[in-house]
Amino acid sequence: MDSSFFFGLSTMAYILAMIVYITYLAFKKSQIGITATIVTIAGFISQTLAIVLRWKEFSDLSGMGFLRSAPLTNLYESLVFFVWCLILGYLIIEFKFKNRSFGAFITPVAGLALAFIDLSGMSKEIQPLVPALQSNWLLAHVIMSFIAYAAFALSFSTGIMYLILTTEKRTEIPYIFWATTFGIFIVILAAMAVDFLTFKVMVKPEEFIKSYMFKASFLNPSAIAKILSWLSMVAIIFITWRYGSVLKAIIEKFNITPDMLDEITYKSIAIGFPIFTLGGLIFGAIWADQAWGVYWSWDPKETWSLITWFIYAFYLHGRMMRGWRGKKVAIVSVIGFTAVIFTYLGVNLLLSGLHAYGELD
Amino acid sequence: MEENKKKTFADKIWDFFASIRLAIILFALIALTSIIGTILEQRHDPAKNIQILSKFFGESLAPSIYNISEKLGFMDMYHSWWFVGLLILFSINIVICSLERLPKIWKTIKEPVKSLSEEQLKKFILNREIILKGKPDKVKDTVTNAIKRTGFSYIEVKEDNGYQFISQKGNYSRLGVYLAHFSILIILIGAIIGIFWGFNGHLNLPEGSVSDAAFSDKGEIIPLGFNIRCDNFDVEFYGRSDMPKEYKSWLSIIKNGNVVLQKAITVNSPLKYEGITFYQANYGLISERLEKGIFLFRIISPDGEAQSIELRLGDAFKIAGTNMSGRIVDFSPALKIDHKGQAFTYADLMNNPAVLIEFSESGKHKYSGWILKRYPETWQLSEGPRVEFTDYWGVEFTGLQVRKDPGVWVVYLGCITISIGLFIAFFMSHRKLWVNIVADKNNNTRVIIGATSNKNRAAFEKKIDRLASLIKKEQGGKIDG
Ligand code: HEM
Repeated sequence: MDSSFFFGLSTMAYILAMIVYITYLAFKKSQIGITATIVTIAGFISQTLAIVLRWKEFSDLSGMGFLRSAPLTNLYESLVFFVWCLILGYLIIEFKFKNRSFGAFITPVAGLALAFIDLSGMSKEIQPLVPALQSNWLLAHVIMSFIAYAAFALSFSTGIMYLILTTEKRTEIPYIFWATTFGIFIVILAAMAVDFLTFKVMVKPEEFIKSYMFKASFLNPSAIAKILSWLSMVAIIFITWRYGSVLKAIIEKFNITPDMLDEITYKSIAIGFPIFTLGGLIFGAIWADQAWGVYWSWDPKETWSLITWFIYAFYLHGRMMRGWRGKKVAIVSVIGFTAVIFTYLGVNLLLSGLHAYGELD
Repeated sequence: MEENKKKTFADKIWDFFASIRLAIILFALIALTSIIGTILEQRHDPAKNIQILSKFFGESLAPSIYNISEKLGFMDMYHSWWFVGLLILFSINIVICSLERLPKIWKTIKEPVKSLSEEQLKKFILNREIILKGKPDKVKDTVTNAIKRTGFSYIEVKEDNGYQFISQKGNYSRLGVYLAHFSILIILIGAIIGIFWGFNGHLNLPEGSVSDAAFSDKGEIIPLGFNIRCDNFDVEFYGRSDMPKEYKSWLSIIKNGNVVLQKAITVNSPLKYEGITFYQANYGLISERLEKGIFLFRIISPDGEAQSIELRLGDAFKIAGTNMSGRIVDFSPALKIDHKGQAFTYADLMNNPAVLIEFSESGKHKYSGWILKRYPETWQLSEGPRVEFTDYWGVEFTGLQVRKDPGVWVVYLGCITISIGLFIAFFMSHRKLWVNIVADKNNNTRVIIGATSNKNRAAFEKKIDRLASLIKKEQGGKIDG
């Protein structure tokens, strides 16, 4: 049995857990809840095994020693690690807050992310490392960044749920904000799904995003398709905005109070922020210093990390200001994670820089 | 209102800089403006940025927008006057904000915890009450032992009907936030030291060459104060692929004619001498030297004797123990054989160095064949001897990034202290604990516990529960609250 067997197992477990968690929400029977937790833990264990096995496979193949061979070198592996951190974070919250309702939100993200990796035909090959990437600082940098990203992802979902729960009027700015953000996320996912269906591409994700992303919709050469895409985007955002109360009604069933959501948002950021500072910014700078002789060069990736850092600093200080607690800082936490996504994907794939996994030329 | 009027202009400026409102405005401004610099290519040629701008604003507007943004410093914005200005405002903000608050915080840390009345203790969210049998003097040890076992030391205060035990822990953790803020200044100071007293240069050093200077980005000569020599450069690949595994330069530092330091540097392992660091940055072939390099061979005779030789293109050599000889007739830095069996050069780097050797026996031409550095199976001759091609030397240069930054240690110091500060700020808390023991009418003792924590109350509550159960266990009393 190799790593991909266990990856497959964990994907199925998370999708199953999602179904059980939703059933639990509907019937509120504690046996169902316990089953959901057990299935999630089983998925988590099998994913852990898969990561360890892949680590070993990589180490055997590259002959570079165990530490250097951590499976965190490409988009595929880092997404898997992200999902792992997310589930770990979720399980901790479930035990601490004794509330399972969240599972229905988090396990779909995990299961779909893993399934998405499979469907997209992302390159799963184990690739050897170019010289600049052979660094223990880089390894620590990547691991800690992803732990922080997972914490920020949690704060993002609780932040959005907080906004959904606390907004009343459709004309309120926080309401418009969450409806638009939610709508755009749906649109982007849908547009990518359309891309896959249209091109059925089996290429690396880097190539996919550079050369195919949105080509079937927003960047379609045909003007009609383009206009249709924009129209459906407006329509989806409008529907989210118009029927937001349905979402609110669902979340209200969860038994989560806005205060609890606010606290989880703060706690996740309070954990993510120092880890991101040390691992994301400082270890990244030390690595750059060792590899290139400059600890800070304002390349787009570094700058976006700094922007992310400033947004979360804004969040932490905003909470201390009168009138900012609550909805306003929840908006900031949502914006913060959008910046995280851009730092992670956008910079590598849309803007290119030193970091575009800078091989020496 | 009355007070506001009395404020002088200086007070107003102080208040402006002491406010968190300014801090979050600056966070937002710095974050937003930074985005521009990630879209426009910094310190790049105008054409590229005009092209980027025309994607946003159209062809016709792009040049004039370029001119405006150029004037505003957007083409090198992280060094522009206004961005530096934002950073300065930010630093002043941190300093004044800390100065404003530190005295109060210092008092909170230093001043002894006051004793509180029972009513005051009961107002805390964290409070417990236990009844113990016996007079306060009798149960005192039970209570103090429990406090100690929970990890607190205490001060004892004698009161009318009993005692009060006052404890606190982690009062210094209140400084964590200030350490974090102060560290930002340390990091900025380190960066400034680097800008004014350091340099950043580049040096392309051919194998076998010596240099006493590097070159700045603007082409200025930067004297090093010693000589550096590149003894050798090599690229190692993964297996048979062209994917590089390691770039390695063997460097020597020469001072007053003596070699004082030698090191083989790789990408993540630079060489440092007298505060100047040499990083492996890139490499290349020197085309005018391509035919003039030195081939290094190790020839192993059929009876196992090895001999190292150095040759140039066109040179001939004898193979000991046989009457064979060879002559180097051709060379390729990156040899590939096409499907027709034709040899050709596929890259302008030394990806696959190969020599074509013409072999003769007793003066008679026998055959010629390619010998490849990366393919040991081409080294073995059918007659028994081996011709090992170890290197083609003297035609590559190593590209070194040369840097001096006396501020880097200050920056790292700031990085360490900011990490410590943040971890203290988020994971430690200032906890205060009061335990009153009071005699009641029935010759029993009421134990009243009150506690506060500036952070993470849930974790502290667990501790307090443990304390209460420890006290209760000794005597089998009961808990309320
Ligand atoms: C990027 C720079 C900064 C970082 C990383 C930073 C970090 C922090 C952190 C982590 C906290 C603790 C927050 C919490 O416990 O929730 C904090 C609190 C605080 N920060 Fe900052 N800060 C920065 C800049 C500033 C600036 C410019 C000011 C100037 C007004 C400021 C003023 C404060 C104040 C007054 C507190 C509250 C301190 C207390 O609770 O006693 N910070 N900061």
